[in-house]
Amino acid sequence: MKILYFAWLRSKIGCGEEELTPPVGTATVGQIMAWLATRSPGHAEAFAKPALIRAAINQDFATPDQPVGPNDELAFFPPVTGG
Amino acid sequence: MIRVQSEDFDPGAEIARLSEHSTATGAVASFVGLVRGDDDLTAMTLEHYPGMTERQLEAIEAEARCRWQLLDVTVIHRHGRLLPGDRIVLVVVASSHRGDAFAACEFLMDWLKTKAPFWKMEERSGRQDWVDAKSEDDSRAERW
Repeated sequence: MKILYFAWLRSKIGCGEEELTPPVGTATVGQIMAWLATRSPGHAEAFAKPALIRAAINQDFATPDQPVGPNDELAFFPPVTGG
Repeated sequence: MIRVQSEDFDPGAEIARLSEHSTATGAVASFVGLVRGDDDLTAMTLEHYPGMTERQLEAIEAEARCRWQLLDVTVIHRHGRLLPGDRIVLVVVASSHRGDAFAACEFLMDWLKTKAPFWKMEERSGRQDWVDAKSEDDSRAERW
């Protein structure tokens, strides 16, 4: 699964993209966030407050209860601040 | 038309292009967003999510065309490092009448600010800080 990070999530984690295989039973956006938080101190800091993080599956906004498949592109980022 | 680019744009040329779109055009409304140089800001970097940004902007344009009678729409948003006074975003809307042009222009900006995946990082006296989203922007987007 391709996982992308933007803005301060990328800064805290130290990279913008990872190719990862979540463990069996890690099926939703929320479950993947909880698992990612265990991967390194940077990940733990980035995912410390899940309510502050937005997600997208295949470039469409997604909610924490949405399922993610192995061929999906999953992205995590803060609330947007463009314009 | 949606464009996401690092280069600057020419608002006059973009407005002229939509003004000449068709003889049915009676109103062209535009908005230009600039980097505000307050509180000793030295630069602002805009990061975006290539691909998703264009998709979201296209969806917002489609929503505006569904809600109002529009003849043409241009949205240009820059990314990369910008300096105070630099242009960030342009929205131009052509319609037969001013009511639809004004409303759609404001709607496009309000939805862009809460739905298009861009993030601002500000530089002040050597420090770099990511900008927090404003609840005021959510309220403005929810009005529509």
